[in-house]
Amino acid sequence: MSTQTLQAPAAVPSATPPHPLREFWSYFSANRGAVAGLTVIVLVLLCALFAPWIAPHDPNLTNNAVFLKPPFWQEGGSLSYPLGTDAIGRDILSRLLFGARLSLVIGIAVVALAIVVGIVLGLVAGYFKGLADIAIMRLMDILMTMPSLLLAIVIVAILGPGLMNAMLAVAIVVLPHYVRITRAAVIAESSKDYVVAAQVSGAQTIRLMFSEILPNCAAPLIVQATLGVSTAILDAAALGFLGLGAQPPTPEWGTMLADAREFVLRAWWVVTFPGLAILITVLAFNLLGDGLRDALDPKLKR
Amino acid sequence: MLRFIFTRLSLVIPTFIGITLLAFFLVRLVPGDPIETMAGERGIDAARHAQLLTEYGLDRPLLVQYGKYIERVVQGDLGKSIVTRENVLTEFGQLFPATIELAICAILIALIVGLPAGIIAAVKRNSIFDHGVMGISLTGYSMPIFWWGLLLILLFSVQLGITPVSGRIAVQYFIEPVTGFLTVDSLLAGDIDAFWSALSHLVLPAIVLGTVPLAVIARMTRSAMLEVLGEDYIRTARAKGMAPIRVVALHALRNALIPIVTVIGLQVGALFTGAILTETIFSWPGVGKWLIEAISRRDYPVLQGGTLLLGVVVMSVNLFVDLLYGLINPRIRHAR
Repeated sequence: MSTQTLQAPAAVPSATPPHPLREFWSYFSANRGAVAGLTVIVLVLLCALFAPWIAPHDPNLTNNAVFLKPPFWQEGGSLSYPLGTDAIGRDILSRLLFGARLSLVIGIAVVALAIVVGIVLGLVAGYFKGLADIAIMRLMDILMTMPSLLLAIVIVAILGPGLMNAMLAVAIVVLPHYVRITRAAVIAESSKDYVVAAQVSGAQTIRLMFSEILPNCAAPLIVQATLGVSTAILDAAALGFLGLGAQPPTPEWGTMLADAREFVLRAWWVVTFPGLAILITVLAFNLLGDGLRDALDPKLKR
Repeated sequence: MLRFIFTRLSLVIPTFIGITLLAFFLVRLVPGDPIETMAGERGIDAARHAQLLTEYGLDRPLLVQYGKYIERVVQGDLGKSIVTRENVLTEFGQLFPATIELAICAILIALIVGLPAGIIAAVKRNSIFDHGVMGISLTGYSMPIFWWGLLLILLFSVQLGITPVSGRIAVQYFIEPVTGFLTVDSLLAGDIDAFWSALSHLVLPAIVLGTVPLAVIARMTRSAMLEVLGEDYIRTARAKGMAPIRVVALHALRNALIPIVTVIGLQVGALFTGAILTETIFSWPGVGKWLIEAISRRDYPVLQGGTLLLGVVVMSVNLFVDLLYGLINPRIRHAR
């Protein structure tokens, strides 16, 4: 993948360098995987936004005339339930479409929470160093020692099962990555001349931290955030699958899989489609994250 | 080297304290009164409640309680399961070999497939094989393994009927535990049928658990090999007329191994995470399934003790990997 980004369009000799966004796009669009990932994410986003209008049925409507109906191309299936129905006659396609809303919200909310807390802790650790640094980083090391899902399970066991608690648990589990990245970037940046110049010209600590140093640490954080969305979706679905995340009848993809488990022997479709939805979404975010990393990494340019 | 070992060892203590704090507060933070939780739905009268509170030391200050807890932990007393009345440490000891057996097989599969795939992908860079390996490994990396397990059951157990759906061994076999690994124990007992039964139960869970490490190892091997293959000494070796396979196997691989070993070490924590899901899907009687069941049964001593023990296991493995890494790479050993 990285090799494709190297095929930069022929540079036109000109006095003004291209706008940073335009330059970024020329690297990014050369990466077919990343563009594919972005396309899929936009599609999932559209599905999520328009779920109430495009879904053929209410996601929680049970219909006892159509238990475990197969998808339309199989014998016994019909186009009114394109991907079949589950054990209590709910339309699987409708549930998947509404599930897309949940998964995207989970992914984005978890990353947003982790990134905000992570940036603050990382800035404090990297800027002030000393005791604050040691305390924060030790705590993060401890969080990283625990296997991620085990830690999330423990947190959910304390807080009680449910979608909100599962999201909080996943946010805590992924927090150390953001703290470490921010801290490393802050340490690398804060000795540079422009920071010293701002300091000499009288900028205060908060201003130095947030408007001088932080914008220059953005690239690695953006990459990590994109990859983090896929981790968050995957972990929240795993918690849902274990019965610790979203509770039935919420159409969350992991919870749907948990419901479908006992029917694996009789109805392949109730198991196959929710998992496929998770895989495709997670894969798309990973492709996008890889593409962003290649496009934003100055070392790979030229 | 001694200095490196001591620095690394001194990092163990705060981590250990952190894990014990987590396990300790896990039970303290659960909403509701711990005595009433233990008594269950039958309830408990006030006098007995007060007596139990004193008995368990729950009326003492939190710090004293934590001190008592550490004292018990160091003596190996992790409490008794509320459900089975069995010592938590004993139960862990009985179930842990199953998890280890699964984890070892998973990492073996990941290595046997992932290493060569990564090496060939790097050597044949930009070929169809390279793109294929990278595509498949990104898919494996994105795989919700709980779904992957169900799919494999659907294919191999339901459609083809090759492998059993769940458990460790068919019920008719009883193997006296020696090592705790059923595949090894059945061979030690000389029971070939039991061995095949154990192996057929092991294959699918091991593939499922090995999928993510395999993807990570293949990707890491490829990028480490690509980096080394661009070095001057590789060009020199090639210019000398050395056989290409010798260049790759002797010169390049040896130096690419250092980052690969680190990644394998880092996969151990992820492996236990995966084991929790894999064991739940395949009803594999290991510690992961045990912990999940403890949550649904509100068996807090098991959850507390199990969390602590798994945390300590992962911590020890990380320590071991770090020390090993220092041993093979002098640059780490001497870094300040």
